[in-house]
Amino acid sequence: MTDTMTQPIEVSAPPRAPRRSPLRAYLPLVGIAVLAVFLLVIAPAALSSFRLNNLGKYCCYAIAAVGIGLAWGRGGMLVLGQGLFFGIGAYAMGMHLKLEAAGPDAVPDFMMNFGSGVLPAWWEPFRSGPFTILAIVVIPAVVAGVLGLAVFKRRIKGAYFAILSQALTVAFAALLVSQIKYTGGQTGLNSLSTFFGYNLYDPVNKQMIYFIAAGLLVVMLLVTFQLYRSRFGELLVATRDAEERVRFLGYDPANIKVVAFVIAAVMASIGGAMFVPMAGLINPREVSALASIMLIAGVALGGRASLLGPAIGALAVGYGRTSLSESFPDQWTYFLGGLFIVVILFIPNGLTSVIPKAWRALASTQRTRTKVGEAA
Amino acid sequence: MDVVISQAFTGASYGAALLLIALGLSLTFGQMGVINMAHGEFLMAGAYSAYLTQKLVTNADFSLVLAIPIAFCVAGLLGLLLEVLVISRMYHRALDTLLVTFGVSLVLQQAAKDLFGAQAKAVEAPGWLDGQIPVLGYRYPLSQMFILVLAIACLAGMAALLKYTGFGRQIRATVQNRDLAETVGVSTRRIDRLTFFIGSGLAGVAGVAVTLITATESTMGSEYIIWAFLVVVAGGIGQIKGAVIAAFGLGIMRAFLTYWTDGSMAVVLTFLIVVAFLQLRPQGLFAVRTRSLA
Amino acid sequence: MKSRARLVAGTAAALSAALVLTGCGSKSDDGGESSAAKGCVDTSGDSVKLGFLNSMSGPMSISESTVSDALNLAAEQINAEGGILGKKIEPVQEDGASEPTVFAEKATKLIQSDCVAAVFGGWTSSSRVAMRPVFKSLNNILFYPVQYEGLEADHNIFYTGATTNQQIIPALDFLKKEKKIESIFLAGSDYVFPRTANKIIKQYAAANDIKVVGEEYQPLDQGAWGTAVDKIVSTKPDVVFNTINGDSNVAFLKAYDEKGLDASSIPIVSVSIAEEEAAAIPVDLTGQMTSWNYYQTVEGETNSAFVKAFKDKFGQDRPTSDPMEAAYTSLWLYKAMVEKAETFDVDDVIDAAGGISFDAPEGKVTINGENHHIAKTALIGEVQKDKLIKTIWSSGEPIEPDPFLKTYDWWDPSKE
Repeated sequence: MTDTMTQPIEVSAPPRAPRRSPLRAYLPLVGIAVLAVFLLVIAPAALSSFRLNNLGKYCCYAIAAVGIGLAWGRGGMLVLGQGLFFGIGAYAMGMHLKLEAAGPDAVPDFMMNFGSGVLPAWWEPFRSGPFTILAIVVIPAVVAGVLGLAVFKRRIKGAYFAILSQALTVAFAALLVSQIKYTGGQTGLNSLSTFFGYNLYDPVNKQMIYFIAAGLLVVMLLVTFQLYRSRFGELLVATRDAEERVRFLGYDPANIKVVAFVIAAVMASIGGAMFVPMAGLINPREVSALASIMLIAGVALGGRASLLGPAIGALAVGYGRTSLSESFPDQWTYFLGGLFIVVILFIPNGLTSVIPKAWRALASTQRTRTKVGEAA
Repeated sequence: MDVVISQAFTGASYGAALLLIALGLSLTFGQMGVINMAHGEFLMAGAYSAYLTQKLVTNADFSLVLAIPIAFCVAGLLGLLLEVLVISRMYHRALDTLLVTFGVSLVLQQAAKDLFGAQAKAVEAPGWLDGQIPVLGYRYPLSQMFILVLAIACLAGMAALLKYTGFGRQIRATVQNRDLAETVGVSTRRIDRLTFFIGSGLAGVAGVAVTLITATESTMGSEYIIWAFLVVVAGGIGQIKGAVIAAFGLGIMRAFLTYWTDGSMAVVLTFLIVVAFLQLRPQGLFAVRTRSLA
Repeated sequence: MKSRARLVAGTAAALSAALVLTGCGSKSDDGGESSAAKGCVDTSGDSVKLGFLNSMSGPMSISESTVSDALNLAAEQINAEGGILGKKIEPVQEDGASEPTVFAEKATKLIQSDCVAAVFGGWTSSSRVAMRPVFKSLNNILFYPVQYEGLEADHNIFYTGATTNQQIIPALDFLKKEKKIESIFLAGSDYVFPRTANKIIKQYAAANDIKVVGEEYQPLDQGAWGTAVDKIVSTKPDVVFNTINGDSNVAFLKAYDEKGLDASSIPIVSVSIAEEEAAAIPVDLTGQMTSWNYYQTVEGETNSAFVKAFKDKFGQDRPTSDPMEAAYTSLWLYKAMVEKAETFDVDDVIDAAGGISFDAPEGKVTINGENHHIAKTALIGEVQKDKLIKTIWSSGEPIEPDPFLKTYDWWDPSKE
């Protein structure tokens, strides 16, 4: 990859000296701004309430995908089990909304049917909104921190790590299923009615929830942009490409990986938390191995190592899944499977790596003079 | 005491099936580092081969035995096709093979559904597997014994192949040091293809065995795939004796945990124990000693 | 350089936060029922759109595609007779993909984008409860065709499958009075229906001097039934009550068979094995019992016509089963409701429902206007050599639905 001026978005192969061209370094911001305008201005104006709500769900997947891009694309850790953290955030939010739906001093319906009818002590704090929001950030961070330290300090990586993280997700889903009196079992937490006091089925509130999800996606992208520009971002890429050299230079690669893993986990958790008011429920299927791999699909499609690729890919996979299954109810699995094969095999850096190339090819054939600003 | 004996046997039955499925994986995963998520679908292909064989032969007593070589070839050829068309393009991208083969597994599942219908197919067990034989006061089902014998036979065959044949030596040489093997004249490409054929074929044999335990339908592979990977990882990648101990260990552990808790909790606890075990021994029960840094 | 980057990032963050707040600014504080939930059903033409929402992909498609077939058959027959209120049914098929969230999403789509007058479908309890708030908030009607765990009666849902007092309790009465059982073993998949059914069975057993000698569950996607069958062998119950769902039945019954158990040693009563599932179980099931409200072998002209029409349309080798019949019946019941209300308006149709009867393949069914379930006859069946099921005991007359088991004094929902 060369430092030509016509690569507005691509960051999959970071320039060796990013500070040489200050203007270029901010190009991803233009991309984020375009995406923000699309999500926050154009989409709400153009889409029906039903489609907008769907787009909101894809935004939740995209938030998780941004984290996967960080851990996998930049850090080289194939996080196959992000469903675990998506689920932690979703269940934390689900518990709060379920208690809201039950009303003060009341117990969720499934606890009446399957449990003793007494709220377990560890459910009690989730009555509080602020506690729930804190939990959505802190619990996945702690879980990922402990897990990451255990795994990366022991230098477990590659396939081992991927399979371990997937096994943990499966175990978590099985745990949710088996503890029906605490978690609602296979059916999960459903019949939610409000979101921090606002009726979930009022179209205006639905739009508000959409704006929060889409806004959070933009914020996550900005955070990630900043991380990629920092020393940490450079160390992360260095660890991915040559872990031993990083170690010889005096850094502990395990610590760098743990930090990236924790950030990815928190992002997945936030995505999961916002998914719940959008879907109106959460159940173990959203935590499953399949759900985790669907997240990976979006990241791979968009371009794992780029900033915007994972988010755009996740939005595209979400949209494709809905529209293909509407047009071809029993055939869409072929599309999904084919997508994995074609993208990974032929465009491993994702669609966002193809666009600048195509642009370059176009530009060179037409011999047009392209300025950086116009390229985006 | 009865409980201990009955659960040891039931667990050994789970373990034998797991071992059959994991044997092929320990070859493809261990040999080439290919994380083949479509391994479960090769198992499914083996199971459908057993179904088709039974439809053609109509004699259930005979068709099961006949199905074993057929399923081996069908699944093996599918594996060979996958290796040549897809995986050969992506050595040096081990993690990406996981995702590509996951896509392949989705396509194969849907194809099986379109070919055979969504409804599960009935594969009948042969009459000579009806009944039980008493062992230590436990009535051990003949069909489970058959799976155990089949697993041991495949294991012995594979061990003999690796240890006593030139091909086996070449495989081991390739596993231990690919470049050096190449240098002394081993065609590692050919070894890769053959290994993949055999590994996938073993999944087909496992598929025949699994028709004795569960329903033959398009998603049957996904129930086993993570278990099989855990067996290989816990045993130590590329280590057959590790896979044997891990398969029976996991099976027996699952049986006892199911007995004491319930089916769902047994899955949770078994997986957590394996993850914890890998903290203690990140390379699994047995590790290949290499000098490579990574 | 660094600080400028922060500045730019910060500005952008503030900008997007402002945008978010603008979004929030338009929120309304009214927590009551939504006013925008008016239907958009268009019946001005000569057709009416109805939504069929079944899993065409994923693990549940095996069962749910048969429901879709039965619905299409009913729609075809109704259209041949001139439609509903003179309007032809225009089915809109959607795939629930075996995912409850997709069911909720597609139900919303059917109501809001396709403007259907009613929706037919759902199978798992998870899919039903996921759709429930959608139908409530958008005020539309769901017809749910599968036997389920009861303890529910929703204004916007009509339940045309059995509730527990039309399936589980008659089976227990039969076991107690006819089979004189003293002990029972419970085996089920790990989800809400088996858990609820077994809670009911345990309370029934306690009140009727029946000993529950074991209770075992397996996750829906796992088939390791060996240990549970070992427990059945060692506890020797008089009967096994089986609430296992779908393909897990194959694994369970294979494990049952290979350990030498069968209908003559320890019989099983199953509530989720119908003709379709029985045909896919490669084990001799002769003599094993089931509890349903319909079998393909039910006698009567209505049923023979239904079976013939179904086989003519979908193939001679396709059996008909209880959920298929319940789905088929649900569309005919909807037709009767609309014609009584003389409008497709949701509220009027729901109000007209009470007391409507239909001569269904299973026999006469009547809608209960209070709880939206239907009165059905309970039938205990025995699996034959050819995997069809023959009625061996019948409740004789339709049983009034009682989803909350209010008329059973031994039932205490708050007991764990």
